[in-house]
Amino acid sequence: MIERTAAELIALQAKGEATAEAITDAFLASIKARDGEVKAYQFVDEALAREQAKAVDAKRKSGAKLGALAGVPIAIKDVLCTKGLPTTCSSKMLQNFIPPYDAHVIENLKAADAVLIGKTNMDEFAMGSSTENSAYKTTRNPWDLERIPGGSSGGSAAAVAACEAACSLGTDTGGSIRQPASLCGIVGIKPTYGRVSRYGLIAFASSLDQVGPFTHDVTDNALLMEVISGHDPRDSTSVDEPVPAYTKTLNTPVKGLTIGVAREYFGEGLDPEVEASVKQALKEYEKLGATIKEVSLPHSKYAVAVYYIVATAEASSNLARYDGMHYGHRAKGKHDLIATYSKSRAEGFGKEVQRRIMLGTYALSSGYKDAYYLKALKVRRLIKNDFDKAFESCDVVMGPTAPTPAFKLGEKTADPLSMYLSDIYTISCNLAGIAGISIPCGFSKTGLPIGLQIQAPPFAEEKMLQVARMYEAATDWHTKRPKLG
Amino acid sequence: MSLPYKIVVGLEVHVQLLTNTKLFCGCSTKFGSPPNSQVCPVCIGMPGTLPVMNRKAFDLALRAALALNCSIAEFTKWDRKNYYYPDLPKNYQISQYDLPFSYEGFLEINAAADPKKEYTPKRIGLFRAHLEEDAGKNTHDESGRGADSKVDLNRTGTPLLEIVSKPEINSPEEAKAYLEEIRLMLREIGVSDCEMQEGSLRCDANVNIHIEHEGGIAATPLVEVKNLNSITSVGRAIAYEAERQYKEFKKDPVNYRFGNMFKTTAGWNDVKGITVIQRHKENASDYRYFPEPDLVPVVVTPSEVQAAKMAMGELPSEQRKRLQSAPFNLTQYDSQVLTAKGRRMVTYYEEVTAVIGDGKQVINRMSDLVMGALNDRKEEIDQFPLSSQTFADFMKKTASITQQGRRDVFNHMLEKGTDAATSIKELGIQTDFDESKLLQAVLEAIAANGPAVEDYKKGKTAAANRIKGHVMKTAKGAPNDVVQRLLEAELAKLMGT
Repeated sequence: MIERTAAELIALQAKGEATAEAITDAFLASIKARDGEVKAYQFVDEALAREQAKAVDAKRKSGAKLGALAGVPIAIKDVLCTKGLPTTCSSKMLQNFIPPYDAHVIENLKAADAVLIGKTNMDEFAMGSSTENSAYKTTRNPWDLERIPGGSSGGSAAAVAACEAACSLGTDTGGSIRQPASLCGIVGIKPTYGRVSRYGLIAFASSLDQVGPFTHDVTDNALLMEVISGHDPRDSTSVDEPVPAYTKTLNTPVKGLTIGVAREYFGEGLDPEVEASVKQALKEYEKLGATIKEVSLPHSKYAVAVYYIVATAEASSNLARYDGMHYGHRAKGKHDLIATYSKSRAEGFGKEVQRRIMLGTYALSSGYKDAYYLKALKVRRLIKNDFDKAFESCDVVMGPTAPTPAFKLGEKTADPLSMYLSDIYTISCNLAGIAGISIPCGFSKTGLPIGLQIQAPPFAEEKMLQVARMYEAATDWHTKRPKLG
Repeated sequence: MSLPYKIVVGLEVHVQLLTNTKLFCGCSTKFGSPPNSQVCPVCIGMPGTLPVMNRKAFDLALRAALALNCSIAEFTKWDRKNYYYPDLPKNYQISQYDLPFSYEGFLEINAAADPKKEYTPKRIGLFRAHLEEDAGKNTHDESGRGADSKVDLNRTGTPLLEIVSKPEINSPEEAKAYLEEIRLMLREIGVSDCEMQEGSLRCDANVNIHIEHEGGIAATPLVEVKNLNSITSVGRAIAYEAERQYKEFKKDPVNYRFGNMFKTTAGWNDVKGITVIQRHKENASDYRYFPEPDLVPVVVTPSEVQAAKMAMGELPSEQRKRLQSAPFNLTQYDSQVLTAKGRRMVTYYEEVTAVIGDGKQVINRMSDLVMGALNDRKEEIDQFPLSSQTFADFMKKTASITQQGRRDVFNHMLEKGTDAATSIKELGIQTDFDESKLLQAVLEAIAANGPAVEDYKKGKTAAANRIKGHVMKTAKGAPNDVVQRLLEAELAKLMGT
């Protein structure tokens, strides 16, 4: 049961072969059995999950129309606000924070009758690429428990890969969905900026953050995208574009598909096994009738640098509100105003968060702003222009999602720069505001998953999912599950 | 009084816009509610919440900017101004930095030495007017007992329009005139109620002085005076601060110069009547402005500008000009006084004049009777029991009776709620005087006051009043101006003989 996809679980219920309660129980049992090792979850409320499942079963019995995700257990990254439930961002700062509101995507999931099974572990405030920056626990990669699951949405990726949830939601600011999806052998999408409302998503970098689903396969991803996408007047940056019926068009062959391959994605630092798998996937596409075309993204070499200025600048402001004054962690004892601020923040934030706040504060400071922040904005525009130009001659751009398969726990924690480089292929997608997806495309000799990244123009998710599905239909990587106790 | 220096002042005015809801959320902006009763997750900056612009606030700001003769940017964006303070829950304020929605305007004020007598127009240039969100309010234990400070976030997120003048204000009087004109105008066009007491109009003054010194002009360092709670205190503070700077300059004319030190902030102590230097901005605040990523830029179309112009209606400056021309023909001073009373008072005046015709006479009667009564009764014109039509009828019916008689009728009407005719009747005032009978009374009075006539003939014109007094005694309630005219004519005849 727990290895099934969301679509399969929905079908089982429709045929009367399983109840939502039974499905939820199976996943809760899986969490009990496996999460002691995997450590994907930050918070699970079994009673609440069962209650939701029972309500779905009752609704079905009553003959009422059911939502698109009826009875499907879903895990939520702990950066998304859930009304009445802890939402910590895996930070000490928000240890006791219980939002009085649901994020827009949570409202949509509830309306779709999904069963919210728990909140997942993450890099603190979504800052990191390994989930080792959580203030609470270190999530393991279900394919090798000595390795990281990727990050920052590592908990959400591991939960799905370990079959502790049928699907999950993550957020992606520079690769935080696609990279862990790649490292955990599942499907993860970073929608176009503005496709999904950010209301209730605790901001890291507002101009880059997007919510997206993790699933076992592309079909499930399309299904979740239908549920979470759409305009929300509470988010001024959410775009009022109709949401296509992604699941309906998924299996339509993409005629005359041209795949752009950027030479910049096959340079130094790329693991040979990853390179081989991705090239094999491209060959598979050729077999399916696609044309491969080399494109150039000349400014992509600046993407990591630009990202660590833009994202940290926004973060330094977004995280200013955690000051111990109105909510969140406050330093004990009586201090004057400035000491209350600095002690509360020094105690509440982990090292990486502090590092990024300092970087961002510096980049915006007078005397440095022109050279860093404003320059970065200009280069960001050039990166976007690169993609616009590339998409004039191809439908999608493909390449590896991450330069290496999952690395060992602790391997890069002492070297932030090498950690930052694990997002080298995913970051420019956020800077350009386009769509990107990672799908499984093989395994290393040691059995670690490898991901293929497909990037598409803004609001071309429909085509991107079709293209992803084309490959998936011809391969069976997505059917593999890790062996766990 | 001539000063040995020239005062140079730029004013930064903040006005709260008259919206029902805040700038980026749906909370009420009502003044005076219990602390923290008008807040929501958005305005207190809870994690994951996002601002959404209140279009009504933007439209009001647009209207104000147009009234201030500002150019309107076709494209404007929001910026974050980053600083930590407990009344600012996000620790940044959403404001406008390098692309304000309006810029380069001016406001005309009366800069005459005696503004009651004359009108000397002066244009005060404006750098910009931009929109931003207000902060909350901190209250501290000022008893010194060290109780907890408190934060009230009701005000947080209220839309504020910041109007920044150029340093073109050159006296306390001009500063006051500028603020009075802004207040009148923004009230008239419905943008703000501009209550300084409630904080819906706030003002900081950047003051320095220029002194003729050793053949050149010496400028003193800039001081920003805050905590100005009334228009009167703005004037007092500027005068005090200018004089203080002059004394400082006298002490050290070499070093006490503009550019030699950072801008200083001073607080105005209204009780002591002094400015208190608070801090030197040596570690000048770095607000780390950057574009607000949670909001989209605002594009202003010509039709929106047109709509704002339509909504603006007549501006006080336009109204004064109109009142000075036919059919009203008011003096500069009268037009200023009337306009300052507000649009509803002007409408009342216009309605009365439409009936009476003589605008000058109407303003005199209104100043004499209506405005005084409103003062006594503590009423606004739209609460006043006598409608413009009733007052016009009163003016007609009492055209030919004495000033005292008119006043009695007016008061009687107010007291009893009667119309003019009834009041005249109830008071037993005679209004239909026969001019030939009045002439008879005049001739009798001349005959009965030989000595006074003799005095008059000798050039003591005041003696005529004694004769007139006699007439008024015999013809009670006779119209003063008619009696005067008849008496003057008869006395002239005597002089001629």
